[in-house]
Amino acid sequence: MPFIPHTASDVRTMLEAIGVGSIDELFDEIPAELKARALEGVPDAANEMEITRIMQTFAARDGKALCFLGAGAYEHHIPAVVWAITTRGEFYSAYTPYQAEASQGTLQLIYEYQTMMASLTGLDVSNASLYDGGSALAEACLMAVRAHRRSKSARILLPAALNPTYRRVARSIAGLQEFVFEDLPYDGVHGITTLESLRPYEGQDITALVIQQPNFFGALEDVDQLADWAHRNGTLVIGVVNPTSLALLKPPGQWGERGADIACGEGQPLGVPLSAGGPYFGFMTTRQEFVRQMPGRIVGRTVDLEGRQGFTLTLQAREQHIRRGKATSNICTNQGLLVTAATIYLTLLGPAGLERVAAASYARTEELLQALVRVPGVRRRFDRAHFHEAVIELDRPAGPVLAALAERSILGGLDLGSEYPELSHCILVCATETRTQADIETYARALSDVMKSVRAA
Amino acid sequence: MSNIPRDLQYTKSHEWVRTLANGTLEIGITDHAQHALGDLVFVEVPETGREVNAGDGCAVVESVKAASDVYAPVSGAVTEGNAALVDTPELVNTDPYGAGWLLRLRPQKAAGSAGLMSADAYAKHLESEAS
Repeated sequence: MPFIPHTASDVRTMLEAIGVGSIDELFDEIPAELKARALEGVPDAANEMEITRIMQTFAARDGKALCFLGAGAYEHHIPAVVWAITTRGEFYSAYTPYQAEASQGTLQLIYEYQTMMASLTGLDVSNASLYDGGSALAEACLMAVRAHRRSKSARILLPAALNPTYRRVARSIAGLQEFVFEDLPYDGVHGITTLESLRPYEGQDITALVIQQPNFFGALEDVDQLADWAHRNGTLVIGVVNPTSLALLKPPGQWGERGADIACGEGQPLGVPLSAGGPYFGFMTTRQEFVRQMPGRIVGRTVDLEGRQGFTLTLQAREQHIRRGKATSNICTNQGLLVTAATIYLTLLGPAGLERVAAASYARTEELLQALVRVPGVRRRFDRAHFHEAVIELDRPAGPVLAALAERSILGGLDLGSEYPELSHCILVCATETRTQADIETYARALSDVMKSVRAA
Repeated sequence: MSNIPRDLQYTKSHEWVRTLANGTLEIGITDHAQHALGDLVFVEVPETGREVNAGDGCAVVESVKAASDVYAPVSGAVTEGNAALVDTPELVNTDPYGAGWLLRLRPQKAAGSAGLMSADAYAKHLESEAS
């Protein structure tokens, strides 16, 4: 069974009804050179049994490594009930429901998600989610340029201490619209973005400053100072945040005197398993005054004619089915299923539970760092306070050491040299609440062995 | 039949223009346009000082069913946006030629008002759009 609803005779009947000879003819107006050719090098279709076998082989290759790798996606414990509820038929769809009369349950869930994200980030309104953290930042940059009507420059400052993948995604998505992205260097001692790096831009027309907290090195930025500098300079502040960390850290809505204008980030830590880069989900919140510039769907609460509470998509005039080419975004759906998981995860944990996850992750990372720096040839690279990630520096290139650890089924962290050539001896390490003391000892012992056997360069 | 005051000038995209005593132009959308849009829920007016060219989008009117750009009828500098519309966008529905004005513009010297239509010409334009 092909799982396609139209039979060949259905298709013929429909084509005859409109007087067209073939489906291809419907696309005649597209110039031939713009059409994609048939894919090359793709094998013939495999059956379900064969595909299952192939996938299992791939999955087995990943093994069951002990993970100290973060860098944007984090292994947290996901209570079994999260996905048991998420995968119920009533919730099991990736799509945002626009038929309010048939989708009250899902709409209510998304509304609750928005309420929790707005509360976590300390801002007024949230959308129903975006694709992932990187695209959420790109959308935030586009939004800042729309929202900041006095700024004409479309210049956006991106710290070097911002996740390099996010920087690339922002450039790739927003760069085609004549935005100017400028890099802010990080401080070599503390691993943070300093006011000094902003001085050259003082008094200039800068549309937005992006601040990641904690930054890519795990270090805590001086968000109050940075946000205040931006606002004094007539620059909007985009905060990129880890939602788990917000259980402990000051929410972006309270950064500095005025708070960040837009907050966004990767929602994966909230109940979404690590999965080769996705699907994850991005989140975005902002002040009420900018809500009409926010991309993505928004669910609102209202009352019906009889005064009963109901939920519906709202502010749709921003969206592409109404605003066409001037819509705030071409994103008109959300990561519905992952948002469902995140909402259940947050509901289950509650504020106190999320704070325990965050505090335990911080404590484990602290223990990890203490254990690792006892290994000869290992030291902390930056001296700044961190959340659940930090940078260690070896007396030799990190790549071969990490490779040797991987052979022992330990993902020892990210080789920072892959993104920052000057940090080629450095590893970004991470521990969450899922790492035990024994796990940490295992890593420290393995690192010590590997450092003895892998020769210093 | 929609209301088309005789003392105003009009554009094909349904803006009206009133020349004030000091030479600035007051701009809004016509009764026909507000009726077609339905109840307005949000109006975005330009900030003072913004330079616009004839034909540029200079305001946005959003109703429960659509959002539309309002185009500058002539080139000039915005002297004022109607701040009352932030909280009471429905003024555009109830009084499109009065309290529901959108913005005031100081036209560029050379801009003139060529290309704007009289009330009669706009009425004909509406008839031709309807047919």
